[in-house]
Amino acid sequence: MAVLVVAEHDNKTVKKATLNTVAAAQKLGGEIHVLVAGHQAGEAAKAASGISGVSKILVADAPHLGDFLAENVAALLVQLAKGYSHVLAPATSNGKNVMPRAAALLDVQQISDISAVESADTFVRPIYAGNALATVKSKDPIKLITVRTTAFDAVAASGGSAPIESISAPADSGLSAFVSREVSKSERPELTAAKIIVSGGRGMASGENFKKVLEPLADKLGAAMGASRAAVDAGFVPNDWQVGQTGKIVAPDLYVAVGISGAIQHLAGMKDSRVIVAINKDEEAPIFQVADFGVVGDLFQLVPSLVEELKK
Amino acid sequence: MKVLVAIKRVIDFNVKVRVKADGSGVETANVKMSMNPFDEIAVEEAVRLKEAGAATEIVVVSCGAQACQETLRTALAIGADRAILVETATELQPLAVAKLLQKLVEKEQPKLVILGKQAIDDDANQTGQMLAALLGWPQATFASKLKMEGEKAQVTREVDGGLETLSIKLPAVVTTDLRLNEPRYVTLPNIMKAKKKALETLKPEGLGVDVTPRLATIKVVEPSKRKSGMKVADVKALVDKLRNDAKVI
Repeated sequence: MAVLVVAEHDNKTVKKATLNTVAAAQKLGGEIHVLVAGHQAGEAAKAASGISGVSKILVADAPHLGDFLAENVAALLVQLAKGYSHVLAPATSNGKNVMPRAAALLDVQQISDISAVESADTFVRPIYAGNALATVKSKDPIKLITVRTTAFDAVAASGGSAPIESISAPADSGLSAFVSREVSKSERPELTAAKIIVSGGRGMASGENFKKVLEPLADKLGAAMGASRAAVDAGFVPNDWQVGQTGKIVAPDLYVAVGISGAIQHLAGMKDSRVIVAINKDEEAPIFQVADFGVVGDLFQLVPSLVEELKK
Repeated sequence: MKVLVAIKRVIDFNVKVRVKADGSGVETANVKMSMNPFDEIAVEEAVRLKEAGAATEIVVVSCGAQACQETLRTALAIGADRAILVETATELQPLAVAKLLQKLVEKEQPKLVILGKQAIDDDANQTGQMLAALLGWPQATFASKLKMEGEKAQVTREVDGGLETLSIKLPAVVTTDLRLNEPRYVTLPNIMKAKKKALETLKPEGLGVDVTPRLATIKVVEPSKRKSGMKVADVKALVDKLRNDAKVI
C-alpha cells in the first residue's frame, strides 16, 4: 500500500515541512504520493514533483481549496484516504487543523506529532511538552499521522520527476469562509526552517529593544528571530514568533536565547537544537541547564558587544 | 444562545512530570492536578460571552475519573451555570472524547462549543477538530479573537505565518489559543456559589459510546538529557567556542 503525504505549500512553493514529512514517510515503506490541495497551485505541484523519493503528485485545484479551510481539505482527504495505508501531514498549523477532522470522519484515532517511526503501526511521540516520550501502536486500518518536522532530516527538494495527476475535490462545504490574513512580513528565514535562531524573552523589556538590540545580532548571523511566550504575551512581538510547546517547535544548528529564563514550555520548543547559547543576567536561570554555552550578564551590554566581536 | 465548554483535568502545568520506573506512563499519584490551561481560557471566553449578553447558558463538560468533579467545580466558580461529568475509569483518547461530546451536543443543542486547542498532558490537539467533524459543523481552531455576528462568528486564528480570520456559520466549534483572553481568578464567594450549582454524572455506556482506546501505549520513557554545557566568561570566549569548538558560525 502507498503512503499519502499532504504537502504544506502556499500555492506557489512547497514548504520545507513537506520534505521532512516525506522523510518520515520513507521510513514506512511503500510508494509515496504527495497531495497538493490548493487553488492555482500549478507551481507548487511542479515543485512537489521534484521532491526526491516521490512517485506521484496528486493535485486538487479549486477556488474553495485555496485557503486550506479544514472542512474542505478534510473532505478531500476522506475521499482519498481509503487507497492508502498511511496519510501523513506535517504538524504545522494547517496539518494540526485539518488532519484530526479527516481522522474523525474516517473513524481513526490520529497519532499526533510523531518524532520516530518504529514500524508501520508503531510510533514515538513526545507528550507532556517533551518531558516524556510515548511509544504507541495503532490498531486502526488507516493511520493518520502528523509529523514533528524537526525530528526527520528533509529529503532533497530536487532530483525527482514524479508525474502530476489532477484529481477532483468534493464541493465547497459552505460552512466557513476565509476573511483575511495578516502575514508577518520578514526578509529573514522562516523560523522553522532557519539554521540559526536568535530569540528574546521577557528580559528584552520592550518590542523596541527587539529591534534595537536583537535585530543587529540576527542580521549579523543571518538568523531567524523568535521569542518566548512571555515576550509574545507582553506584546513585544507577534504571536508567530513564539517558540515552545504550544508555539513553534524548532531545532536549528544554533539557538541563541537572550533574556529567556527557560520555562518548561519554552524548552519543549527548542531543546533539540544542536547548539544552544544562553545570555541571561540570572545565573540560576533554568535555560543554563540546557545551554551548551552560557554567558551571565546584562544582555543590553553583552548583545551589542557580541555583534562587535562577530564582526572581527 | 447556549454554549458548551469541554474541559480536561491534567497534571498542573507547574509540576515537573516524572516518568514511572516501569515505563507504563508518568507518575500521577500525589501530584497536583488542575484544569488544562487552554480549557480555562475556553471557560473564561464563554463567561465573557454571557456577560456581554451573547450567551444565555454555559454548560461545562468533562470526561474522565470521578475526581474531574473538582475541575468542573472550578469551571462553575469561573461562571459556568451547570456541569456534566461523563465518568469512566477507561483511558480516554481524543476520538472517544469527541464521540462523547457529540452525544452531549445532540442532547443539549448548544450553538457554540468551545474547547482548549490542546491538553498539556498528551499534547494531541485533536478533540475540537474531531467533534466538529462528527457534528458536521465548521471549526475555528487556535482562536485569538472571537466575535459573534448573529448567525455567524468571526474568529481570528493564530497560524504559522501570523493571523488568519475566518467567518463560520453557527453552530460551530472553536478551540482556544493562549491570547484569546486572560482567565480571571476565582473568588471565594464564587467557589461557595459553585458548590450549589448542578452537576450531573453520566456514563459512556449510557450515551452509547464505545470508548475503547485505539492506540496502545507500549512504553513511556524519559527523553535523553542534554549533557550540561559550560558558562563562558565573556562574548569573546563565546565567539571563540562557537567558531572553533562547535563550528556553527
